Amino acid sequence: MDRIPILKLGSALLVTIQVDMHDRLATALQEDLTEKIVSARAKGVLIDISALEIVDSFIGRMLDHIAAISRMLDAETVVVGMRPAVAITLVELGLSLSGVKTALNVERGMDLIRRRLIETEAADGAGDE
Amino acid sequence: MAPVTSDRMEVRSSDDVVRVRQQVRARALEVGLSLVDQTKIVTAASELARNMLDYGGGGVATIEVVSDGIRRGLRLVFDDQGPGIADIQLALKDGFTSGGGLGLGLGGAKRLCNEFSIDSKPGEGTRVTCARWK
Ligand SMILES: Nc1ncnc2c1ncn2[C@@H]1O[C@H](COP(=O)(O)OP(=O)(O)O)[C@@H](O)[C@H]1O
Ligand SMILES: [Mg+2]
Repeated sequence: MDRIPILKLGSALLVTIQVDMHDRLATALQEDLTEKIVSARAKGVLIDISALEIVDSFIGRMLDHIAAISRMLDAETVVVGMRPAVAITLVELGLSLSGVKTALNVERGMDLIRRRLIETEAADGAGDE
Repeated sequence: MAPVTSDRMEVRSSDDVVRVRQQVRARALEVGLSLVDQTKIVTAASELARNMLDYGGGGVATIEVVSDGIRRGLRLVFDDQGPGIADIQLALKDGFTSGGGLGLGLGGAKRLCNEFSIDSKPGEGTRVTCARWK
């Protein structure tokens, strides 16, 4: 079975969704990501959807799930590269993706994750001895 | 109104849903729908094809290019012989799901199309029609 590759990018993981997703692929991605967040001690997950021509409620729910799982594993999910036509359609569909952070592109998404990392490190440092 | 072209596609698996999306996209492009309108009708098609699969035991999607003499459009018909929908108003409500979904498919598809109708008889099946005009 084909799977979507997960790359490590500093303290974050990068997933680029390039194909029209069917169910098995979506389920496999959720499982793989969960494992990789733990094994790579990732603090962030970037999901690049710039290649996706549509996001329906199935994919929307998958993005929400991934964000919820990541949060529980202390990692933040940022969805990047949503096409404007997709954003317009999502709003009309009624999908708010309220649990998911978004950024224009991978670079800005990484910035968000880095900023969070600095904040938590500062908080941890203040708590030491 | 006789269709200009008509494609009949069986929906029995999640891969078939992907194929329906691709064919709707191709026909929407042919009709000359704007990028945003293409995205809307393809998204609606994805929701309705998936509903046939999830709740109707699979079915048939018919993708028609139609013309009323002045403008062209795309009409999609989703037919299944599943259990039907007992309460259509309830099914259309955002957030209502009898499965594990988000409950946005039917209501969302209705908003994404210019014309939309549901015809369903409990025990006999469901037909959902939606159209988007240029
Ligand atoms: N083709 C169908 N046959 C039978 N029931 C359906 C069909 N399509 C939709 N429904 C019913 O309508 C409900 C709402 O559908 P929808 O808005 O797509 O949300 P979801 O798919 O997330 O449940 C479904 O949960 C199901 O009970
Ligand atoms: Mg649905």
